[in-house]
Amino acid sequence: MRGAVMAVGALARREMVRFFRERTRVVGALLQPVMFWVFFSAGLGASFRPPGGTGPGYAAYLFPGTVVLILLFTAIFSTISVIEDRREGFLQGVLVAPVPRACIVLGKVLGGTALAVSQAVLVLLLAPLAGLRPGPLAIAGAIGVLALIGFALTALSFCIAWRMQSTQGFHAIMTVFLMPLWLLSGSFFPADGAPAWLRALIAADPLTYGVAFLRRLLLSGSGASDAGLPSAGLSLVATLLFGAVTFGCALTLARRADR
Amino acid sequence: MSRSESAPPAVLTEGLAHRFGERQALAGLDLIVREKELCVLLGPNGGGKTTLFRILSTLLRPTSGKALVFGHDIEREPDAVRRLIGVVFQSPAVDRQLTVLENLEVQGRLYGLTRSALRRESREMLQRLGLLDRAGDRTGTLSGGLLRRVEIAKGLLHRPRLLLLDEPSTGLDPAARRDLHDLLDQLRSRDGVTVLMTSHLMEEAERSDRLAILSRGRLVALGTPADLKAEIAGEVVVITTPDPEALREGVRRLSGLTASIVDGTVRFEAQDGHALIPRLAEAFADRVTSITVGRPTLLDVFVRRTGHRFLGDGAGGDEGQAA
Repeated sequence: MRGAVMAVGALARREMVRFFRERTRVVGALLQPVMFWVFFSAGLGASFRPPGGTGPGYAAYLFPGTVVLILLFTAIFSTISVIEDRREGFLQGVLVAPVPRACIVLGKVLGGTALAVSQAVLVLLLAPLAGLRPGPLAIAGAIGVLALIGFALTALSFCIAWRMQSTQGFHAIMTVFLMPLWLLSGSFFPADGAPAWLRALIAADPLTYGVAFLRRLLLSGSGASDAGLPSAGLSLVATLLFGAVTFGCALTLARRADR
Repeated sequence: MSRSESAPPAVLTEGLAHRFGERQALAGLDLIVREKELCVLLGPNGGGKTTLFRILSTLLRPTSGKALVFGHDIEREPDAVRRLIGVVFQSPAVDRQLTVLENLEVQGRLYGLTRSALRRESREMLQRLGLLDRAGDRTGTLSGGLLRRVEIAKGLLHRPRLLLLDEPSTGLDPAARRDLHDLLDQLRSRDGVTVLMTSHLMEEAERSDRLAILSRGRLVALGTPADLKAEIAGEVVVITTPDPEALREGVRRLSGLTASIVDGTVRFEAQDGHALIPRLAEAFADRVTSITVGRPTLLDVFVRRTGHRFLGDGAGGDEGQAA
């Protein structure tokens, strides 16, 4: 047991060391969502109609989604290393070590989660600029939800990267699958007022629930309506499930015998 | 081969087979590697040596048959096997973003080394491999030879009883190769480590205690280099010529002997090769660059047992020739 914890810790720490040695990745994962947030809230603010017709403007609406986008980008950037590990041979060295496959996956996913959450928390500090003043309890809750979402997204990203031969392929998946996952999570526009088919897609998006929970916490006390949002209980359960299923998939993939 | 020893051999395989779709990479291999010996797996590319290496290092499951490492089944007790083996991959399994020492730290943690053991062992390995002054360098900045040394240090960190190396000499210059061989000798004599390595270099095979030649997934020869060479009676004649095909035909007509073409030279075994030289020189004077007669080498054993004319790729063949 102690050995397993040590192995997970060593692999997770390695993820962080690697990430921070590649400064362009840090900056890219952090800066792009913040730029989106600044430009979109400036450009779309005037034409935005808040859900339920009342509440704060678009800068506040887009803020939780921006934080989640940082989780997504960091998860992607950190799991791209799965492909590099395979190509450069590091992975096979890990696979011949007396470490359960679950520890290998967990080390990678927890390392990625820790990175994603720490980057997201940095951006959380910008909340006052969006006109949001969540209390300490809401902030603590938000960090917890960010950890759950970050875990699920890193595990999902791990599943995609595991079988990929090239980072180019990963970028393609990111464009056609992971970005829409974010776009349709209620991050960018509210489900309230969307046509029925779009509402169905939003409801089917597992990311919707984490974003909704985060929105409830960050926008609490801002006068925002929760029209069209799934309930807090459903949001929590769905997000936990999202993490469990993606981690289960990652584990199954990693346990499958080598080619 | 079947002696009743109490201690299990370092490696024992029985009917070991692996199939990649249509291709039978290993076809029922029976092999025993004794404790503390240096066993070299020699074979042409695609002969099955890398497949065997991957099975023994627990990366690949055999399609049928079994393999034991010090009595532990690689399929049923992979973790026990993993603790006993150190694996040195052909393409070093290092993280190029991390320093040499950081790579060893990750490795040590994966093998459950305590902090103090990790510090002690990594220091010793760095010293033995001449890496102490590079400990803080990122591995991505190191040369191929140094990377290989880091990889070996990683493989030895947890004091394995069996060291598996896949083509460890690839990309090493002669001096680095000599260092590697010295290290392997030292590991066996001082630490009692068993070494099983794949190679396509005759020079390396020559240094082994026993040599296993794999071809088309089968074991075609197993024995000490001396024993294997002894089975070739007489001498070996090697003729360098611009037109090997024509010369081979000429040799057949002149002496009735069947020659092989190996890396552009004509080679054949003859009871008294030296007596043939004047006749050959006279008959083919215009087409022959050089003729040598010598004792059989492992290359001759290899050619005879595998029917292969080339060892691995072109580069490998050249090195084999020079041995």
